[in-house]
Amino acid sequence: MTWSWHSEVALDKNMKILVVDDFSTMRRIVKNLLRDLGFTNTQEADDGLTALPMLQTGDFDFLVTDWNMPGMTGLDLLKHVRADDKLKTLPVLMVTAEAKRDQIVAAAQAGVNGYVVKPFTAAVLKEKIDKIFERVDG
Amino acid sequence: MAELQIDPQAPSFQQEMKDLAEDLLTKIDGGDLGKIVGVVNNINGVRDRTLYDEIGKLTRGLHNAIKDIKTGDELSEESGMGQASDKLAYVIEMTDKAANRTMDLAEEGMPLNAENLAGAIELQEQWKKFLRKELKPNEFRELSKKIDAYFSQTQINSKKISSQLSNILMAQDFQDLTGQVIQRVTKLVSEVEERLVDLVAMAGEVDRITGISHGEPHKNEPLQEDDKKIIAEGPQIDTSLEGVVGGQDDVDDLLSSLGF
Repeated sequence: MTWSWHSEVALDKNMKILVVDDFSTMRRIVKNLLRDLGFTNTQEADDGLTALPMLQTGDFDFLVTDWNMPGMTGLDLLKHVRADDKLKTLPVLMVTAEAKRDQIVAAAQAGVNGYVVKPFTAAVLKEKIDKIFERVDG
Repeated sequence: MAELQIDPQAPSFQQEMKDLAEDLLTKIDGGDLGKIVGVVNNINGVRDRTLYDEIGKLTRGLHNAIKDIKTGDELSEESGMGQASDKLAYVIEMTDKAANRTMDLAEEGMPLNAENLAGAIELQEQWKKFLRKELKPNEFRELSKKIDAYFSQTQINSKKISSQLSNILMAQDFQDLTGQVIQRVTKLVSEVEERLVDLVAMAGEVDRITGISHGEPHKNEPLQEDDKKIIAEGPQIDTSLEGVVGGQDDVDDLLSSLGF
């Protein structure tokens, strides 16, 4: 990519983001924070089972997912994404209340790009997103 | 629970058994088989009677425990447990409503505030031009109109924002209601626990009379590292526990130690 020398400038504000959380309020908070950061092209799903087909057909650039959800959890969704040839390089940020070291290690091993524990601040979310795309593009 | 008087009853059972055992020894010494069998039958009879008594108590205890839990609330005929789930569903509903109401109000207020800010920035630029004497008379007339309009608009916006802020405050009233509901559910859970402990004590008495031994409760063997299933557990209430991170900084440290 040609615009990777400066992440602040480089972040494509039009990138398509899927926000996955079973609680609509949390989806709304994440969407609001993303909008404040300039990302307006967002869609929502309420668990892994609804998210996966959307990802497979939807041409998304970034996935923000909760962990603890009915149907398919965020960790399983992450594993499915990494196992899918078309999706395996998709950047994934986990935003979750799961706060055990073993769980974080498991998410890292499954190939997560960033991990934010709830409750979180707008600054933390921005920092992690910046870091992910700095690494992805750099 | 008034029925739960294990101890006063126990010695009499023991005493009866002791008396019969002594009687049995005397009869054995006497050598009359018919009398020996008679005493053995008596021993069985005492044991059976006490056992039925204890099982009766246990059944009654169980019944009362369930009945007592049911009378936890005046709102409905439903069981206490059913009510507890309803109440917790109500907590979810209330918090969901409050969160959405708060976000609605904040989202309504944000553009009003942005409008105030943008207006002030624009006017300040023109005002500075005026101070530098760079404005033509017709531009100044335009500016004073804008200032007048800004005064009116800002008042309207500020009033709206004030009312949104106080409505945001009001939307937090769920905390009181959900707090009360959660307290009641917590009370119910500890009542259930108490009754279960009582029932275990009663069942223990039955075990004692029948001579049933359950052996050591089998301990959960520590899982092998490989078998350990990583599953979602929800928020950790106590972050001082081993293996629980204390916040985002700990997560970042852990991930960076893994090469992130």
